[in-house]
Amino acid sequence: MAHNTNAVALTVFCLLFVSVTVLGFIAARWRRGDLSKLDEWGLGGRRFGTVITWFLLGGDLYTAYTFIAVPALVFGVGAAGFFALPYTIIVYPLAFIALPRLWIVAHRRGYVTPADFVRGRFGSRPMATAVAATGLLATMPYIALQLVGIQVVLGAMGINGDWPLIIAFAILAAYTYQSGLRAPALIAIVKDLLIYLTVIVAVIYIPSKLGGFGAIFDAAGKALPQKEKPGALIPGTADAQTAYATLALGSAMALFLYPHALTGALGSRSADTVRRNAAILPAYSLVLGLIALFGFMTIAAGITPASPNDAVPDLFLKFFPPWFEGVAFAAIAIGALVPAAVMSIAAANLFTRNLYREFIRPDCTPERESQVAKLASLFVKVGALVFVIVLPTEYAIDLQLLGGVFILQTLPAVAIGLYTRWLDARAMLIGWAAGMAVGIYMAVDLDFKASVYKFLGISAYEALWALAANLIVAVALTAILRAVGAGDSADETTASDFDERGVAEGAEPLPATPEEEPRFTREGEPTRPRR
Amino acid sequence: MEERRRRSRWWYVLLAAPFVGLLYPPLYAHESPELFGFPFFYWYQFAWVPLAALLTWIVYRALHR
Repeated sequence: MAHNTNAVALTVFCLLFVSVTVLGFIAARWRRGDLSKLDEWGLGGRRFGTVITWFLLGGDLYTAYTFIAVPALVFGVGAAGFFALPYTIIVYPLAFIALPRLWIVAHRRGYVTPADFVRGRFGSRPMATAVAATGLLATMPYIALQLVGIQVVLGAMGINGDWPLIIAFAILAAYTYQSGLRAPALIAIVKDLLIYLTVIVAVIYIPSKLGGFGAIFDAAGKALPQKEKPGALIPGTADAQTAYATLALGSAMALFLYPHALTGALGSRSADTVRRNAAILPAYSLVLGLIALFGFMTIAAGITPASPNDAVPDLFLKFFPPWFEGVAFAAIAIGALVPAAVMSIAAANLFTRNLYREFIRPDCTPERESQVAKLASLFVKVGALVFVIVLPTEYAIDLQLLGGVFILQTLPAVAIGLYTRWLDARAMLIGWAAGMAVGIYMAVDLDFKASVYKFLGISAYEALWALAANLIVAVALTAILRAVGAGDSADETTASDFDERGVAEGAEPLPATPEEEPRFTREGEPTRPRR
Repeated sequence: MEERRRRSRWWYVLLAAPFVGLLYPPLYAHESPELFGFPFFYWYQFAWVPLAALLTWIVYRALHR
């Protein structure tokens, strides 16, 4: 489909883009805090309530790239791409169980990143550094892909070249620098409302033009097997089914290990805020499932996009009037800004806390720490921009795919570590290395063409194979180390640090965050007796 | 106190339901019965969205409010 510039669409797009930019700068004054502290800049003061957290996490987890890539995959291969729905359903029961525990200990101990937690819990600098490095490695290509999302919608409006992208990212960098996590939290509200509006209009209007959902599924069912690489409307073979289930499970286990997901969750006001969000965030999964179906609508409408990534933009171009194209494309582009901002903040927090303060300036002041994080967030974004402009898009996609495999290798330290310290930090580090190696080997062996690897006759998501190797090594080495009586590292956390009901008697109270506010007041919870 | 805590943990079993329902595709990888034009495979998984949210909410209300 030819992409021409339409003045009306472009005007609407620019108006919406400018409004959220203003919002991004205003955000610095919203629920004003001392932005020279990392807690305030990088976690919004840990003060976001249920509704804001819902918008922020929704805007953060369901990225613009997701909205482009999931329907593109469904357009290309059919049902196999639909694993995004079960993935984003089962992720929340997992989050409901583990995240509040992490929130509580992070709040007690002033942890900002998952590596902070590992450092404190296992007293292991190497393991914490591995977790931080993995987080950075997984996040960088993810930010780059948000840029790809913006590129795709700009291209659909007939705008090519690098300068619009550079401008968009410069604006993003400026308000993230100034406002920290408050900016994406405020912008997420606009972004999510635009996305909901676009999706509701699209799922009602487009099927009405295509003869209803029955006709859409029929057309897709006929067209998919005819593709060069045959797809299917229903995963029929055993291989397709194990791939489907393991992709859903592995992705769900990985999601809340991503630094940007944790940043969104740790920015909330209480453990109960996190729990309530686990129950209400699935609303976005519904939207994602519907967006996935856009892939089938594109097939049914007989559109032949130049690249699968154009499936959704081309669908909108065909059915929407220009002004609504502007709204829909703005929804996607703004949808890229929120996760890109949170991801760069998360990466900056990791760099500052776990590399800069750990290795370069252990005695740095809180002001200095926050300043370094702000600068780091700029560097991270410039890096992503250069990445997308200089290298082929394919690289960013391959690396993001690997990122999912990598981040799951931090599960033993970050998630299992919430419950037990049985695993030895040294053993976990070697397990982590084994998992990373297996993941890289499998991805290279498949030439990055797929994320499902057949081993022992089972087709399963690479990340899970890598995690299996990781856990086997970690458990075996731990058993050996314990058997020979090799000493253990220190744990700065105490049982009461994980207990919502409050600090145990005799435990030393920690510096409250934020300082001007008494702790545990808003929802009064940790002091509230259990019913 | 101990007794009460142990009993209450059973609520978490509800959270296992979406895993059972969604991680075994042979259960739902079928075309029929259709609903509003959606093959079973699709509407079944969509149906789990509100269901999983509801189960999570029930566990939350039972244990934390």
